[in-house]
Amino acid sequence: MTARCHDEQLPNRPLLTKAMRALVAVKRVIDYAIKIRVKPDRTGVIKENVQHSMNPFDEIALEEAVRLKEKQIVKEVIAVSLGPSKSQETLRTALAKGADRAIHVEVEEATAEKIEPLFVAKVLRRIAEAEKPDLIFLGKQAIDDDCGQTAQLLAGLLNWPQAMYASVVEQESDKTFIVTREVDGGRESIRIKTPAVISADLRLNEPRYATLPNIMKAKNKPLEKKKPSDYGIEVAQQTCILEVEEPPARKSGGFVEDVPSLVTKLKELGVV
Amino acid sequence: MSGIRLFLGHRLPKRHDILQTAFRFTSTLVLAEHTGDKLSPITLNAVNAASGLGEISVLVAGTDIMNIAEKVAKVEQVKRVFIADHEKLRHQLPEHVAKTVETLQKQYKFHYVVAGASTFGRDVIPRVAAQFDCAPVTDIIAIHSSNTFTRPTYAGNAICKVKSDAPIKFLTFRGTAFKPAKESGGDGKVEKAPEIDFSFDGVEFLSQELLKSELPDLQNAKVIVSGGRGVGSADNFKIIYELAGKLKAAVGASRAAVDAGYVSNELQVGQTGKVVAPELYIAIGISGAIQHTAGMKDSKIIVAINKDPDAPIFEIADIGLAADLHKAVPELINAL
Repeated sequence: MTARCHDEQLPNRPLLTKAMRALVAVKRVIDYAIKIRVKPDRTGVIKENVQHSMNPFDEIALEEAVRLKEKQIVKEVIAVSLGPSKSQETLRTALAKGADRAIHVEVEEATAEKIEPLFVAKVLRRIAEAEKPDLIFLGKQAIDDDCGQTAQLLAGLLNWPQAMYASVVEQESDKTFIVTREVDGGRESIRIKTPAVISADLRLNEPRYATLPNIMKAKNKPLEKKKPSDYGIEVAQQTCILEVEEPPARKSGGFVEDVPSLVTKLKELGVV
Repeated sequence: MSGIRLFLGHRLPKRHDILQTAFRFTSTLVLAEHTGDKLSPITLNAVNAASGLGEISVLVAGTDIMNIAEKVAKVEQVKRVFIADHEKLRHQLPEHVAKTVETLQKQYKFHYVVAGASTFGRDVIPRVAAQFDCAPVTDIIAIHSSNTFTRPTYAGNAICKVKSDAPIKFLTFRGTAFKPAKESGGDGKVEKAPEIDFSFDGVEFLSQELLKSELPDLQNAKVIVSGGRGVGSADNFKIIYELAGKLKAAVGASRAAVDAGYVSNELQVGQTGKVVAPELYIAIGISGAIQHTAGMKDSKIIVAINKDPDAPIFEIADIGLAADLHKAVPELINAL
């Protein structure tokens, strides 16, 4: 089949020789709307009795995989989470939103605190080797540690192409996708060959809500429990947290009455 | 050294001792960021941040980059400039740049491989770090010693001091937290990077659409005028541009304004947008959600104009004006 002939088939999707599989990594984090508090002993932030939810970028990553499934480009969506037992709630949410099955790599709560993106990427590599996904979706960063590393580390470990900060993901052929990336000065469009790692930017899509019937159905979907040792990986930590502090507080300078007094004040400060 | 900002009252005790002793024995590779014809300013911030971490070499990867390399060679503290000039590097895709860095690292065994925390640096640094089984430390805002750094977490609401035991330190520096290195005074030796295997063909650059503006670049602007949902429409954003034009300021936006389609998302300031720290930040019609303030609360002076006197933005603003922006902003434009 020539490339040209193949192009002509594109409007009649799906006409794929192979249905794809997508792996989505999701993280349970403190809900984005919560005002976090630093522990008095400065070892971390208070997590007990604090509302947690799926990392917003991971919701977007998951939504994209589910949409590809609805377009029949992807056949199966596997959600993965690494963390303490409560991460299973996050995986159930992923299942309710359309993932077919889930893998929970469980670590103790205390260990979970020490997990860094490199370790997560190593576990995901092993899962990718076992499950052979065509696409791995991740959020561009987790809103707790704000690292923004896991997707790139994983792509590096697997030696797969990386399409980071994706705002549009379009299938082009059996083996290729066109991804629009949100980069510093604007947008950039790249072609990636599968298998590939994609990280989701806010602009990629609007994630759906899980409906009650789907939440019920999710309870019966398979959720496999694993440990890092099942993948031959021991938790190792290269980055150790010495101290966590509140940021320096900014004081409110109060109000001015009107625009002229605003201008006067700005002139006094020498900024205009 | 002067560029290391003292953060939160953390002093850097005897930092000359710690860092200067290390200086003689350690070597640092800084990844230069450029647009083909211009060196990106964040590279200078990264050089200055790294200047306490050992002798500095800089990698310039791309095509036809001799003039960039010569410019970089003159930057203070730069001792050596590697040029990797190859067609595959034309668009500096992370896969190819990472391969270049990896090859260089294998030969020269740098102790630090660093870049600015921009799209470019965030793309490349972790990808290379993975090849050496090293955990990167990203978005650093202060350096305390050869292995201890401070970085913000939770949208800047928790400031985290970390110690890295990674055998090679792969780091990205937040540009606004470090002063730029001087563009003169350096006398770096320019040389060719070793032969690199560019056989990886999983990715291909197609096109680029960059935002064009007469106004200064958001991340380097001394003054920023930012609009939020309160601005009301894309059309109303004109007054934000007009005020910015008057102040020779860059235009920024909150996520709400971007999501509502008032402006394109390159202008977004916040946790997941750009982090800025101008002399003057004027927030107009912005409520001040933590995701937004994460990107601007290090601004020197914050001015907020919002009709809701209870908006959280006023808690951090140096000067607040509780007024209808549609009246106040035109009035302000006239008064300036």
